Amino acid sequence: MESRTLHLPDLAATEALAARVAALARPGDAILLSGPLGAGKSAFARAFLRAAANDPALEVPSPTFTLVQSYDLPRGPAHHFDLWRLSGPADLAELGWEEARAGIVLVEWPERLAALAPPDALRVALSPAAEETAREAVLSGWPDRIGRL
Amino acid sequence: MAGQGWAPGPVLGIETSCDETAAAVLAPDGAVLAEAVLSQEREHARFGGVVPEIAARAHLAHLPGMVARVLDRAGVAPRGLAGIAATSGPGLIGGLIVGSGFGKGLALAHGIPFVAVNHLEAHALSATLPWLAEGPAEPPYLLLLVSGGHSQCVAVAGLGRYRLLGTTLDDAVGEAFDKAAKLLGLPWPGGPALERLAEGGDPAAVPLPRPMAGREGCDFSFSGLKTAVAQAVAKGFAAADIAASFQAAAAAALADRAGRAAAMVPEATALVVAGGVAANRRVRAALEQVAAAAGLRFLAPPPRLCTDNAVMVAWAGIRRLSAGLSDPLDHAPRPRWPLAELGAP
Repeated sequence: MESRTLHLPDLAATEALAARVAALARPGDAILLSGPLGAGKSAFARAFLRAAANDPALEVPSPTFTLVQSYDLPRGPAHHFDLWRLSGPADLAELGWEEARAGIVLVEWPERLAALAPPDALRVALSPAAEETAREAVLSGWPDRIGRL
Repeated sequence: MAGQGWAPGPVLGIETSCDETAAAVLAPDGAVLAEAVLSQEREHARFGGVVPEIAARAHLAHLPGMVARVLDRAGVAPRGLAGIAATSGPGLIGGLIVGSGFGKGLALAHGIPFVAVNHLEAHALSATLPWLAEGPAEPPYLLLLVSGGHSQCVAVAGLGRYRLLGTTLDDAVGEAFDKAAKLLGLPWPGGPALERLAEGGDPAAVPLPRPMAGREGCDFSFSGLKTAVAQAVAKGFAAADIAASFQAAAAAALADRAGRAAAMVPEATALVVAGGVAANRRVRAALEQVAAAAGLRFLAPPPRLCTDNAVMVAWAGIRRLSAGLSDPLDHAPRPRWPLAELGAP
């Protein structure tokens, strides 16, 4: 699978990437955000949702406690999942995963999806880079769109 | 729904919104006749967090026996109850369905009024329990609710009259404690383990941001602090120093926000702090200083009332029933239920 590696020098660059992804996202898309704690998964998700909602002040609280936060965006519903506290894919049904897939899903800790990970997802793997504010993003999936990211 | 005049009597409280199964029976004056709390921490430890499916199943397994035991210890038969109060939101939906469903069933079977309690209101009203050692809080007061799922600053004007002054823009403060603890390799639950580790550390050793310090308003943000902890771990700072520095930064951030809240509500008479993070001594000390500087009474209900418990749920039920309020048996649990959406008598 084609993958692209981007160097993101600061938070603004992460947010700009998230906005580019948001501009190309459509209902039925899954965006899987992986990376260690503090890598910027939630920052990416927040920037994505704000861009897709066209509302830079949109409140995007952490879904860690509630496991999923849902948003009504101009182009349909989006669901921000944090699967950190899930033991495995069996618990996903409880969270309304199947229904959520009709809209856009953003998933932190997608490792917990195991076999339920959508094969056509855009995968964004974030990791800390040398400088404190910098991140490295490895993108894969979205063969029809990855070139425009 | 406003009911007819309430005939005071013992009230059963049920709490199942997160990882504690709890039941309590209170006399109408707030005296605790019996209470029980069963933490599911052990069952969750393997996964490093509260796993909702497990939580719902465990609540279901433990609640009926626990309710029977507290009623027995209180010397109250189910039909002798004057009300049943069950947490009906916000929280994890599976647990809410178990607890409120059980409460409604009991209410229906015995013809007892039911109160769908908002978990946040229960925390807010716990400071008005008449038997608290420091004396009950008198509205208007400020509530700082700091737990794993919530970081909120609320102006409490009276029963059902709440104004949200600020909330977290990203992570809840308890979540930040848990994640920082996880980054430091500590076991779940992270907060107490981090506090113990911090005792041997230097709070000035690791430069960490003071989230939102000096910013207008009363909103919180803890995501950046978590990221800074991840970087400090990567740089090889000593774990105890990171723990102590994180705790100092979190306490300073909360103190800054509480100070803002005090300025926003000059008529407030007290600063009440509730939620699991209120059990942290460093956080408590920082907030106590803020209250003293603002001329407010500082009220921190005892730790067993600060974490999730059914005493506060029963008390919220008593307060609502006393004001002529109860809820229909088709009241649906709400995973999201902002305080501002509650009705006043």
